Amino acid sequence: MAAQRSVGVLRPAFNGMANACIRANCSPKARISARTLSMHASRPRKLAPASPPSTRHASSSSEPEKVAKTGLYDLHTSRGAKFVPFGGYSMPVQYNDLSIADSHNWTREKASLFDVGHMVQHEFSGPGAEAFLQRITPSSLSSLPEFQSTLSTLLHRETGGIVDDTVIVRLPEDRFYVVTNAGCREKDKAYLNAELESWRSDSTNPEVVWKILDHQGLIALQGPLAAEILKRVLDDSSSESLDSLYFGQSRYSNIKGTDATVLVSRGGYTGEDGFEISIPPYATEAITEYLLDSAKDELRLAGLGARDTLRLEAGMCLYGHDLDDSTTPVEAALSWIIGKDRRANGGFHGDSVILQQLKKKSEGGGVTRRRVGFTIEGAPAREGAQVVNDAGEHIGTITSGCPSPTLRKNIAMGYVRDGMHKSGTEVHVLVRGKKRKATVTKMPFVKSRYFKAPAS
Amino acid sequence: MASRVSIIRAIHQLTSSASRRPAVYFPSLSCQHAQRALLQRRLFSVSSTFKEKKYTEDHEWIEFSADGKACTLGISKYAAEALGDVVYIELPEVDMEVSSGDAIGAVESVKSAADILTPIGGQVTEVNRTLEGTPGQVNKDPEGEGWIAKLKVEGEPGEKMMSKEEYAAFTEEA
Repeated sequence: MAAQRSVGVLRPAFNGMANACIRANCSPKARISARTLSMHASRPRKLAPASPPSTRHASSSSEPEKVAKTGLYDLHTSRGAKFVPFGGYSMPVQYNDLSIADSHNWTREKASLFDVGHMVQHEFSGPGAEAFLQRITPSSLSSLPEFQSTLSTLLHRETGGIVDDTVIVRLPEDRFYVVTNAGCREKDKAYLNAELESWRSDSTNPEVVWKILDHQGLIALQGPLAAEILKRVLDDSSSESLDSLYFGQSRYSNIKGTDATVLVSRGGYTGEDGFEISIPPYATEAITEYLLDSAKDELRLAGLGARDTLRLEAGMCLYGHDLDDSTTPVEAALSWIIGKDRRANGGFHGDSVILQQLKKKSEGGGVTRRRVGFTIEGAPAREGAQVVNDAGEHIGTITSGCPSPTLRKNIAMGYVRDGMHKSGTEVHVLVRGKKRKATVTKMPFVKSRYFKAPAS
Repeated sequence: MASRVSIIRAIHQLTSSASRRPAVYFPSLSCQHAQRALLQRRLFSVSSTFKEKKYTEDHEWIEFSADGKACTLGISKYAAEALGDVVYIELPEVDMEVSSGDAIGAVESVKSAADILTPIGGQVTEVNRTLEGTPGQVNKDPEGEGWIAKLKVEGEPGEKMMSKEEYAAFTEEA
């Protein structure tokens, strides 16, 4: 209850424009335009640096090495977090109430709440936003419906290597909400600055506005009870409409008894049903407390440790480990993110390389290595372990690996020479110099349990 | 100072390789060389206190038999807690000849892999086979039922060993 009260107190802090449309008659459309308007007010003519570094850090020091904190740092501390530096932030790796494996299992059985506020939230808008994003990603954004998301990759020019993986949501009025990795923050900013500069150098290109939503909170509520828990904190209309919010869709929702509007996206990084919730800075801590207090027996905080084992079971990539600048989406087994029309027409960075790789081998296509899953007997294989064939020749490398808490066997992903990538192929992985039997295995390792739209 | 061991590993496991990709994937349990100088001052001879458990800076323990010709080796409670749920133990092979400082096996938890180093040379005479089926024993009773191996030894440890009190102080110092 305390949390609910504190959320209520937030009301005066919210800006007047949004306040005017928070009550019953206000259509989502109106709410959105209020947001849009307030954004336009501060639209930079030229792309301003997203924010001076000092504002991202806990102290006012502008040293780039300084470890930053999310808006939930104090909450983590008071709830027993063990922190590790990650992506320039001090982030919880686990909490003292649960081991990583217990937290992992809790997520699969009940629900967990992850602070992912270290990730970088962007908004691209303006008449050129779609075309600009279609230049730097292989996604078919022209056919992406409003409030629908897609996994995508920022691509290097010429090589088609992956700069970062990202999720893109189309919002109304030529706006796109884009989330990128914390560990790639500086690299992505340099890349996007250069790409925008290039875009703007052609005066016929329509305007694109890029904004990083600094301090915007982002939490992930994941697990089979996630929807039920989220409903408890949403106002009646948002709560009811959650039943028609399907995997991959986003929606603005209101928190009960408050004026706080959040962007709720159904999906996540665990393979479970769940939500990623983007929250205005002033409300992040209060809403997180509210969620935790609303589900004391079912919801626990979870850290990067469980997040990593959960995503690996779900077969999802972690940039810097399973993906890097030298890897194309085709090699990374992410061809499915390349839109149909993009395959036909290209027009994105690295298209000549990527489209060639998509062709049949007989047409000179294909790749030399592919990302696959493995199950390993005996010792768990970790990042960097070599994959070898019967003759002991090096044929690949593990990029992520752990003992799967759900399956109770060792799982890993990595790259293997083309031809050895079919599921069921038996290989070996070297752990501490010894060959361990491994089998190429389909991913996800653990079946996903998304809340999907009924087949129509 | 909660658990430097697992945290160091977690950093390695979780941090984007763009900024950090260590060349060594299975470092030993040790991660605080800085303490060495400090400790040196407080160490005393091992031979005067046989039978008492002795600890290494790498978080293993050994306990000598009464005649001093054999010892049992395991990982410390501190290490077991830092590693979290142990899911796999690589045991040394019986009869294997080992030298002080050798990695004779490994402990794997969900997030980390840590080598088990022997601080003393000798020959492996017995290994704790029950750990193959129930590796979690190492978490439950790391300094008792969760022992790793028994060695026939000659001579003294090749490195400084700490008493229980000294080791406790060592793990206190972050």
